[in-house]
Amino acid sequence: MKESSVHENAKKYGMVINLDKCTGCGSCMVACMSENNIPFKADETNKLDSITWMRVYRLTNKEPFPKTEMCYLPRPCMHCGGKGDHGHSPCVSVCPATATDYDHKTGIVSQIYTRCFGCRYCMAACPYRARYFNWWDPVWPKEMESMLNPNVSPRMRGVVEKCSFCFHRYQLAMEKAYLEERRELEEHEYQTACTQACPSGAIVFGDLNNPSHKVHELKKHPNAFRLLERLQTNPKVYYISSREWVRRSGDNYLIGENKTSTK
Amino acid sequence: MTKGESASTNSSRGSGSIIFLFFIIGLIGSLVVGWIIFPMLLYSEKKQPIDYNHAIHLDAVDNGCESCHFFREDGTFSGIPKLSQCVDCHGEVQGSNPEEKRFVEEYVQKETEVPWLAYSRQPDCVFFSHVVHVKTAEMKCEVCHGPIGSSEHSKEYEQNRITGLSRAIWGPSIAGFRKNSWDSMKMDVCGQCHEKETGSKGPCFQCHK
Repeated sequence: MKESSVHENAKKYGMVINLDKCTGCGSCMVACMSENNIPFKADETNKLDSITWMRVYRLTNKEPFPKTEMCYLPRPCMHCGGKGDHGHSPCVSVCPATATDYDHKTGIVSQIYTRCFGCRYCMAACPYRARYFNWWDPVWPKEMESMLNPNVSPRMRGVVEKCSFCFHRYQLAMEKAYLEERRELEEHEYQTACTQACPSGAIVFGDLNNPSHKVHELKKHPNAFRLLERLQTNPKVYYISSREWVRRSGDNYLIGENKTSTK
Repeated sequence: MTKGESASTNSSRGSGSIIFLFFIIGLIGSLVVGWIIFPMLLYSEKKQPIDYNHAIHLDAVDNGCESCHFFREDGTFSGIPKLSQCVDCHGEVQGSNPEEKRFVEEYVQKETEVPWLAYSRQPDCVFFSHVVHVKTAEMKCEVCHGPIGSSEHSKEYEQNRITGLSRAIWGPSIAGFRKNSWDSMKMDVCGQCHEKETGSKGPCFQCHK
């Protein structure tokens, strides 16, 4: 077992989201909420204390009426690899409890709820606001208790949570692979809930290192960009947009800064 | 003056030894409470609904443990068998064992699942893949579960009153000592074996969810 685990190829799971295809319907958010047992409150109007691992933002180009354009941007956790992909993502670097760490086998940034003590440094460090704090113990309507996903443990008050790229689905897919004496997964065997829920096929998920996976080519698209790329967080979520103002809104630029600096 | 001084030192020596005596009594008392009385109070004892004989079943089946505790097609582990599996053989009373007769009458004929108490149930936040341990690493069931296959009676199920977990997780020794590999199912035990076999304890996400 020791030898074979050394020879396993390191995966780098990531996403490419085509913003031209995204209609902002919110299916990914709903699918994520129910897949990952994300708690909700009767009144969700205060977005500062509500939890949405996958969140769809609405961008506008801030032009007056005839030229007004809009774009919807789904934002999961970026699973930053950090500079040089060494796993020094912003949140992992600051966590004093090692409750969040970088898995070099899959490239996924984990969050271990039972280890987290809720200091929220990671929330301050995350430039994407992908992390959420549980201000209350989760309460589901009674009928919903039996519909919770048994593969995802519910969180308790006082811990931080975030998107895991549906890591439990990876584990389940690996169980099947091990039974069939495989160690590699097919692309379709491990897909996140949001990817499968997206009606327009805007979200594509797979191993960025694997040339046979769709994301491998898509991330090289000339209109592909990542959010806040210049912070060198090295996120694993790529976006594609044919509109330049959308690509430019993925990062902060000085007024009059060379427009060609965006990809 | 000198007489008075020596008297007072004598009495302070006397009270010092009394204090020491009480300290020892208190120390021993708290050790007894902590190591013997508290563990006795901590675990509640429950009986399994049916006194199950593993040994007799293991003789009767062809495929060892996996005859009843099998892997599903998707790689997940079935765990404790459901009634539908038992009915294959136990549709009618087969032997003279009163426990079997009770099982058939109370559960098979009434078509109700047996509320077995799972000795090895891990807490909510733990993910454990049986298939990778049993199939890929070719580990024997006994390494973690002990020689349960040769047991003739179900042992008592001891439940921690605070955590609700089975005693098999912490193990029989309250101090955490282990004589056998199956004496405890704590994270440390997993970690030790993983460090030895794979070279690292692995990322947290490997087992935590």
